[in-house]
Amino acid sequence: MTTLTHPALDKPYTYPDFDKPLPPREGDRVIQFREALREAMSEEMRRDERVFLMGEEVANYNGAYKVSQGMLDEFGDKRIIDTPISENGFAGMGIAAAMGGLRPIVEFMSWSFSLVAADQILNNAPKMLYMSGAQWGCPIVFRGNNGAGGQLGSTHSWCVEGLYANVPGVKIVIPSNPYDAKGLLKTAILDPDPVFFLESERMLGDKAHVPEEEYYIPFGKARLAREGSDVTLVSFGRPVHFCVEAAEKLAGDEGIEADVLDMRTIRPLDIDAIVESVKKTNRIVVVDQCWPFASIASEVCTQVMERAFDWLDAAPVRVNTADVPTPYAKGLEAAYLPNTERIAAAVTKLAGAR
Amino acid sequence: MAQATTDRPSLSSQLPDKTLTKWLYDMQLIREFETRTAQAYQQAKIGGFCHIYTGQEACAVGTIACLDAKDPVITAYRDHGHALARGMDPKACMAEMFGKLPGCAKGKGGSMHMFDKPNHLYGGHGIVGAQTPLGAGLAFADRYRWEVLGKGSKQVSLCYLGDGALNQGAFHEAQNLAGLLNLPVIYIVENNGYSMGTSIERGTTMADQLTLKAKGYGIKGIEIDGMSIMDVYDAFKPLVDECRDLQRPGFVDLKTYRYQGHSMSDPQKYRTKEEVEDAKERDSIANLASHLMQERGCLSEDDWKAMQKEIRDIVKESVDFAEAAEAPSVEEELYSDVFIHPLPNLSPSGAYTHGSKNPLL
Ligand SMILES: Cc1ncc(C[n+]2csc(CCOP(=O)(O)OP(=O)(O)O)c2C)c(N)n1
Ligand SMILES: [Mg+2]
Repeated sequence: MTTLTHPALDKPYTYPDFDKPLPPREGDRVIQFREALREAMSEEMRRDERVFLMGEEVANYNGAYKVSQGMLDEFGDKRIIDTPISENGFAGMGIAAAMGGLRPIVEFMSWSFSLVAADQILNNAPKMLYMSGAQWGCPIVFRGNNGAGGQLGSTHSWCVEGLYANVPGVKIVIPSNPYDAKGLLKTAILDPDPVFFLESERMLGDKAHVPEEEYYIPFGKARLAREGSDVTLVSFGRPVHFCVEAAEKLAGDEGIEADVLDMRTIRPLDIDAIVESVKKTNRIVVVDQCWPFASIASEVCTQVMERAFDWLDAAPVRVNTADVPTPYAKGLEAAYLPNTERIAAAVTKLAGAR
Repeated sequence: MAQATTDRPSLSSQLPDKTLTKWLYDMQLIREFETRTAQAYQQAKIGGFCHIYTGQEACAVGTIACLDAKDPVITAYRDHGHALARGMDPKACMAEMFGKLPGCAKGKGGSMHMFDKPNHLYGGHGIVGAQTPLGAGLAFADRYRWEVLGKGSKQVSLCYLGDGALNQGAFHEAQNLAGLLNLPVIYIVENNGYSMGTSIERGTTMADQLTLKAKGYGIKGIEIDGMSIMDVYDAFKPLVDECRDLQRPGFVDLKTYRYQGHSMSDPQKYRTKEEVEDAKERDSIANLASHLMQERGCLSEDDWKAMQKEIRDIVKESVDFAEAAEAPSVEEELYSDVFIHPLPNLSPSGAYTHGSKNPLL
């Protein structure tokens, strides 16, 4: 345990020893992604009465996506709070509640709907500490579904990380699996700064072992999802799975072995892990579910060129979503998203490049 | 507007002389401060957007006089008056505008972003209407504190806004939330008749019945003449007490007038000189001074002059202080106070740090 005191905090921030090894990822306590999220919130709510959950349908309805199922029963309606469809209003309420000494978790049914709360989440949450000359921070977690849900069309398929990561003052977390989701969300709730926690509707039913024992995953530490020496694949969130699939396919079909890095958080970005891998593979493909222009992929490529230019045998490659509004038709949507085939094709092409 | 009933003396009339004299002092402090602020702006000592509070002094001083020390206050960008009325040291306020380190936000906030934690002033907010959901959240936090955490006591939050903010979606969401969740927040519309150059009639429906809008959200609303501090106190104090006791929201259409332009660069083509002069006829400071001198007889012409002189000196001192103060250093303050817990690799362009201690803490 380490304790940080800061004038903007009424209570010191005590955080676990992040250097401690994490419990095994393998085991037979298999639960869904949504349950992992629920466990993280419930454990932190039991630990700290200042933590509460607020959002649309989180209480009576048991969560629009059943993430908060049963939490109303356990914690009551003073701490699990249904809001009307007023993202700008309740996002702002959460921000001030955080300034007022509480630890809100604000659920967006989808990050697509956070756009109507952009002023609160981008102007107020991340800038309060700076604007107030370090008198008030904003210890809040905003969380919800991000990215294409499956034929939801242009307005409901937002990947906000490309837009929001441009703003200094927020930490941005994008887990790809239940184990990480739990450990990262627990860290997010403890963290004294605003955290945007981006989940995926398409992964909420994913199952994996999540250990019984408590654990916290540090921000800014990538996970090596697969090891290889020919090319570095960098991704975060749902596309990590496509990268692993593509890597297996490439290994089988072409004998190309890829390092797959799951970034877990994009601010902070574990550029050190990326650079280390690039020094080994000399080639990098970044897979990002945002549009390409000024995206996370652009940022990763830039940082790699700044930090490891001499180690590159070929120009970095980006695999993003197609640079168009998200289409509805199944075939169009599939072609729009970064997928296993597109990733494998990009790697094959890069492997031949000098 | 708020009439004392004939058989009962008004609340303000029962207050001791020294309380009303303090109001006069506080209002005059704001006026003198703003005069100096405008001067400093014209001399390019203050940058950015700067909004002068002159004319509206009775609003901040009268409403804050009804609060407990720990009640949260939040406002928009025309915030110097609220900062001083809440007790901010004029030096910290002026130094902030000068962009200096001893400013309330170490020169990182500016005129529109006055924050004072010891005095429970949660800012100064530059985006029209953005503070209104925050006002609801402050009330929520207070209630949560005593209801769930079992700490503290019933409080009431004040959230000020301009008449222009009536038209922002954020405010409507905030009122609905406050009404729905019964949050103890009072929205005070400092209705000075204009949002920049747009008169309230040109921007807002039912401009002469604003309390009906609040009623639509289940919020009790009252109208108060914001040019008379006694009226402000007499009408606002019962509302504060009620919202505190019953833990529910309130709304005030506080009618006032700004004597200066919207900001420091406003040719004021949208109103006549006569209109401004008429408002000044009802000046809150002159009125209170004459009330104290003539009706109460507790203040002499000489006392008033001495008070004005004392205030002039204090404000001048704040300007001298701000002028002489050191600017925030790029090394220590540019990349600090972005995160409470900075981590490596949060930015490609530099490591975040902790800045110097805030002068108010
Ligand atoms: C969202 C937003 N739109 C526009 C502005 C620019 N602006 C600043 S103040 C102002 C007028 C607001 O008037 P009012 O709310 O009546 O307050 P007053 O200036 O009279 O105190 C405008 C349009 C802004 N700051 N924020
Ligand atoms: Mg106005």
